[in-house]
Amino acid sequence: MEPKRLNWQEFFIPRLVKASGYSAILFVALIFFFLLREGLPALGEVELDVLFSQRWYPIEAHYGILPLITGSLLVTVGAMLVALPFGIATAVFMSEIAPRWLLEILKPLVELLGGLPSVVLGFLGILLLSPFLRTSLDLPTGLTALAGALLLGGIAVPTIVSIAEDALDAVPYSYREGAWAMGATRWQTIWRVTLPAARSGVLTAVMLGIGRTIGETMAVMMVTGNAPVLALKLESIFHPVRTMTATIAAEMGEVASGSVHYHVLFFIGLVLFLISLAVNIAASSVVFRSKKRAERVLS
Amino acid sequence: MKFTHWLAAVLILLTTACGGADGGEAGTPTIVSIENKGSDTIVNLALAWAEFYQEIHPEVRISVTGGGSGTGIAALINGTVGIANASRQIKDEERQQALENGIDPVEFIIARDAIAVIVHPDNPVDRLTLQQVADIYSGKILNWQEVGGEDRPIVCLSRETNSGTHVYFLETVLRLGDKENTTLFSTETLLLPSSEGIINEVRQNPNAIGYDGLGYVPDDLKILALAVDESSDYVLPMISTVNDKTYPVARDLYMYTAGQPTGAVAAYLEWILSPEAQTIVAELGFVPILTEEP
Repeated sequence: MEPKRLNWQEFFIPRLVKASGYSAILFVALIFFFLLREGLPALGEVELDVLFSQRWYPIEAHYGILPLITGSLLVTVGAMLVALPFGIATAVFMSEIAPRWLLEILKPLVELLGGLPSVVLGFLGILLLSPFLRTSLDLPTGLTALAGALLLGGIAVPTIVSIAEDALDAVPYSYREGAWAMGATRWQTIWRVTLPAARSGVLTAVMLGIGRTIGETMAVMMVTGNAPVLALKLESIFHPVRTMTATIAAEMGEVASGSVHYHVLFFIGLVLFLISLAVNIAASSVVFRSKKRAERVLS
Repeated sequence: MKFTHWLAAVLILLTTACGGADGGEAGTPTIVSIENKGSDTIVNLALAWAEFYQEIHPEVRISVTGGGSGTGIAALINGTVGIANASRQIKDEERQQALENGIDPVEFIIARDAIAVIVHPDNPVDRLTLQQVADIYSGKILNWQEVGGEDRPIVCLSRETNSGTHVYFLETVLRLGDKENTTLFSTETLLLPSSEGIINEVRQNPNAIGYDGLGYVPDDLKILALAVDESSDYVLPMISTVNDKTYPVARDLYMYTAGQPTGAVAAYLEWILSPEAQTIVAELGFVPILTEEP
């Protein structure tokens, strides 16, 4: 009786675990297939020079998605400029410098920050951040790419901090002791030993941060003003922009399924998917390369 | 979209199942639920009506959601709501799509609404012609100085394109009611997802100009008087000026049903057109449709 039940478990549990593992691949494939099926007809229905023109006004058949792409990229790059240094510095402080009692306060706070719904942050953005930006920088309006970038940076920081901190924690203590024994200062140890050793984990943190930023919708829709202006110059950061995610969110409810507008919105989803795919591939290739180099150094 | 259909089907099953169980136990007639969705302009009014109506008819449950006129009509076309609210008339292509799905939309005019053009209370400008408003929104006038104000840039605020108010404003103000006119909102126009977004930005930004349904404009914002052209009178929006048609930017508000309504939906719509329901219209800052008749 006893061994039989064990056999039964032996049979099902590994397969269940395997199935959940493979399901991730299946879901990504299904989503990609669905996006392709709903998005690709847009290429046939809208001429390419219209699709890549500079005017987005879908109710009059202006389907130029360039302003939306530049808007998303501008806000994302801006957010990463805020979140990367701040997030990694916080992670380093928490894992290498902060005393234990401070860590016990900081860690739950960061996690709490990460759990805040973005719509709440959006409200803060509308009520505090955007009026502050308008008066302090003397802008026509505070609802700009800058407000979106700052807010998104704030949203991405907790993600980056908690993952990067885990990665730094996983670096064996002997690495640090070795560095100190060779006379390295604390800063040299962090910058030359600990951070490079945790590189792949920190990079994952950065990647997830970028993912969180480019996919964020609600907060961005509330503070960036959503004006579909082509953002090519540096000063565009002080102007309103419209991101791809905000466009999909604002207009998806309106379209009748199967219409041209519907297909174009899915096409935008496809572009978003490809962008995050590109970010992932770029990041993982860097991770793999760094591993090879580390192996070389160790051997 | 299929997923939404499934979800709607499950929800409907659940609600009818619960309704049936309630009716069986208490011995009261089965509860009828009406799904009411669409224009954000109408949503407060629809909510007030629904609350009042459910009090006098406890057997009817009305759930009201917003999302924009386009959203409501899309839901009607997809067959997920009983009544769609719209602050614009149904478009020909929408009617066509509905007919293809076997749904014949029937129109009811349920109230009237004036679109107020609003600015920050400190803005010295208090009146504009329609042409000036059109030039501001299409990007031809960029500074308040050009219309008699201070030397400040103009920030134009608009609702999103799925808003009936947006489409109405485009046709009536930007294009001055001319069907051949193809003026568009300038790309710099901020498209905000909600009425609150517009009101909030106008409240704190002296550069801003916005528009919204009169019923939504709070007292602390400045409403501009509008004139059809320079020679005519500048008129502020209010019930009397909307009804005598001197205020130029006023429109009818609609409800659409799938086919001629029957049963509870018909009774509800009949009540909406009654004087009792129309007093609620006036209380919320909209314009009742029955005031012309004594």
